[in-house]
Amino acid sequence: MTLVLEHPSVVDLGIAKPRGQTRVVVAMSGGVDSSVAAALVAAAGYDTIGITLQLYDHGAAVERKGACCAGQDIHDARNVSDALGIPHYVLDYESRFRQSVIDDFADAYLRGETPIPCVRCNQTVKFRDLLATARDLEADALVTGHYVQRVAGPAGAELHAALDPSRDQSYFLFATTREQLDFLRFPLGGLPKTETRALAERFGLPVAAKPDSQDICFVPGGRYADVVEKLRPGAAEPGEIVDRDGRVLGAHKGILHFTIGQRRGLHLGNTDGAGEPLYVLRLDAATRQVVVGPRAALGRRYVRVSEVNWLGDAPLGQEPIRCQVKLRSTMPPVAALLWRGADDGAHVALDAPEFGISPGQACVAYDGSRVLGGGWIAETAEEPPA
Amino acid sequence: MTRTAVYLDYNATAPAAPGVARAMADAVALGGNASSVHAKGRAARRLIDGVRGKVALAVGSKPANVIFTSGGTEANRLALTASGKPRVLASAVEHPAVTAYCPPGNLLPVDADGRLDLQALRAALAQDGAGAIVSLMLANNETGVLQPVAEAAAIAHAAGAILHCDAVQGFGKMPVDMAALGVDLLTVSAHKVGGPAGVGALVLANGLLLSSTRAAGGQEQGRRSGTENLAGIAGFGAALDHLGGMLADCDRQSVLRKRLEAALRPDAVVFGLDARRLANTVCVAMPGVAAETQVMAFDLAGFCVSAGAACSSGKVQASPVLLAMGVAPELAATAIRVSFGSGTTVEEIDAFAAQWKLLYGRRQAA
Repeated sequence: MTLVLEHPSVVDLGIAKPRGQTRVVVAMSGGVDSSVAAALVAAAGYDTIGITLQLYDHGAAVERKGACCAGQDIHDARNVSDALGIPHYVLDYESRFRQSVIDDFADAYLRGETPIPCVRCNQTVKFRDLLATARDLEADALVTGHYVQRVAGPAGAELHAALDPSRDQSYFLFATTREQLDFLRFPLGGLPKTETRALAERFGLPVAAKPDSQDICFVPGGRYADVVEKLRPGAAEPGEIVDRDGRVLGAHKGILHFTIGQRRGLHLGNTDGAGEPLYVLRLDAATRQVVVGPRAALGRRYVRVSEVNWLGDAPLGQEPIRCQVKLRSTMPPVAALLWRGADDGAHVALDAPEFGISPGQACVAYDGSRVLGGGWIAETAEEPPA
Repeated sequence: MTRTAVYLDYNATAPAAPGVARAMADAVALGGNASSVHAKGRAARRLIDGVRGKVALAVGSKPANVIFTSGGTEANRLALTASGKPRVLASAVEHPAVTAYCPPGNLLPVDADGRLDLQALRAALAQDGAGAIVSLMLANNETGVLQPVAEAAAIAHAAGAILHCDAVQGFGKMPVDMAALGVDLLTVSAHKVGGPAGVGALVLANGLLLSSTRAAGGQEQGRRSGTENLAGIAGFGAALDHLGGMLADCDRQSVLRKRLEAALRPDAVVFGLDARRLANTVCVAMPGVAAETQVMAFDLAGFCVSAGAACSSGKVQASPVLLAMGVAPELAATAIRVSFGSGTTVEEIDAFAAQWKLLYGRRQAA
């Protein structure tokens, strides 16, 4: 059965071939977003193929004996594909996901960082490995359900934030290369989420009422520390909670339980002598110390960024450019200067200090809605780089 | 999607043989519980026992030795858990339905063609042979390579052990004679020979008794409780009516197999090339192209083949069979299984070979 939809937002992927002869692979997670993306592509008449990645052992992740290795999401993706009348395949990416994403996730926490595995996943298993498989299948494009927009610009494909800022996922896609972007399409980038739900119902998709996923997919219930401790047994060593002068204020069960800017979970009564709330300022993996202090001490204006992926038309140079940056997924962009650093790094000078900038998170630079590029936060400082 | 696919996955399941669907529909219409005393029950019993006789005849045994099960998996479980021999040994290339009952340390090595190492079997049986049951398949499901079942049975018996043969893949593709093989228990499945899935049989050697099965309803002479699957058994019987034709077609399939292998080599690596193999099975690697990619690409081009052992989610894992044969994991990850049957034509084989070369050539060009 093939569903046909009459809707103003019938997608056009902008490929100069008849749609019926244009093969499109859709990365289907089993969630409502990628299901609607697949439905839109199929309804537009493209030769549509659904692929779902088996990324981790669902049964092991939820620690339930006998739970299927696949989990409900794969079955949902298959059911949606059946309803759409498109072929659907499952690729076993467990080992590469483990290598590229999960190991990195655990090690980052042990280094005192706060990682974003979703970026690594997009960067590796999705846009490197799955994209290569799509090319092997002679596809003309790879479609995902991400809320970002790909705009054909004068100098090639541009990456832009989603039309609906509340759904925007461009922060998580900063590492997408130009070559990958050429091959990618994001049919949901111009839709608000409410419309996605309405479309899911309109297409009669079996996942129309499925709740959005909030957690990191391999971290059930958001208990990331449990996952890290399972992956790196014994690595979560206890240590001291100290103030900026090195005075010991208490003890903790491992730095992986903390994130810079965090206030809860210190179990110090959360105040120092002056009665001011205490925040995590710094995590020192070598000494296993959690350094705490008042909120004012969290402020940082300078950020060093590594592994920069640049998508701007003009290459990033030593001369600072004006832009807006996001230093975590949930913050609105703030004004900053950006210039090239050593190796593939860059430096950021914020117009005003930001509080709770954590190494391991991404720094993504925007010009309005357009993503200029981004990299990983390596370190922060109160003073400009020498 | 709309084109009729070329089906080259007979080892996964064979297309229904002529008359099977009709026989099953008739059995459903007949109704009756074979355990009932009345006329309808007797009619059902007659049907079941008729098929029991066909199964026995097909494997060179007696009707009383045939226990109907829900398929090969259950027959293997019954064999390996109820034989009265607590120590299970198996070749490293057995189907998961067997290895599930064999401790990893009791898996016996195979040679480069995947044939059981008989010396290793002897050594394993040197102690506590009398407490052991050895499970060895007739033909491998992935490579089609034949196992030295008769030799292994002789070794097992000399040590006081018994031998179970999982003949699911070999049955219907080569003659099976339990007495000649010397096996004590034999598993067959209907859907590999054109019958329906969900029915199979465990066949015992004369005089062998099963122990420790739960009595419950006590069907199948107390050896397998549960109301018999009348329609399934009827379908099995209808498929067995074609057994002679299936075996007679093997020579033709053997020609197809050689034609395919000649067309694909030397680019392709065929596993067990020089070993005695089933006429219908080719396990072939396309170096440099992941098996899962091949399976998708062939499917999109209208050819049904399979790779490795597919889990119920459909994901493809590296074949433990090829790894046990000492095949490098990188090469094993590029192996697919092509398996055909009496419905397969030379045109289909040639079309598949052409598609294979197209895919391989594209990768070479990339």
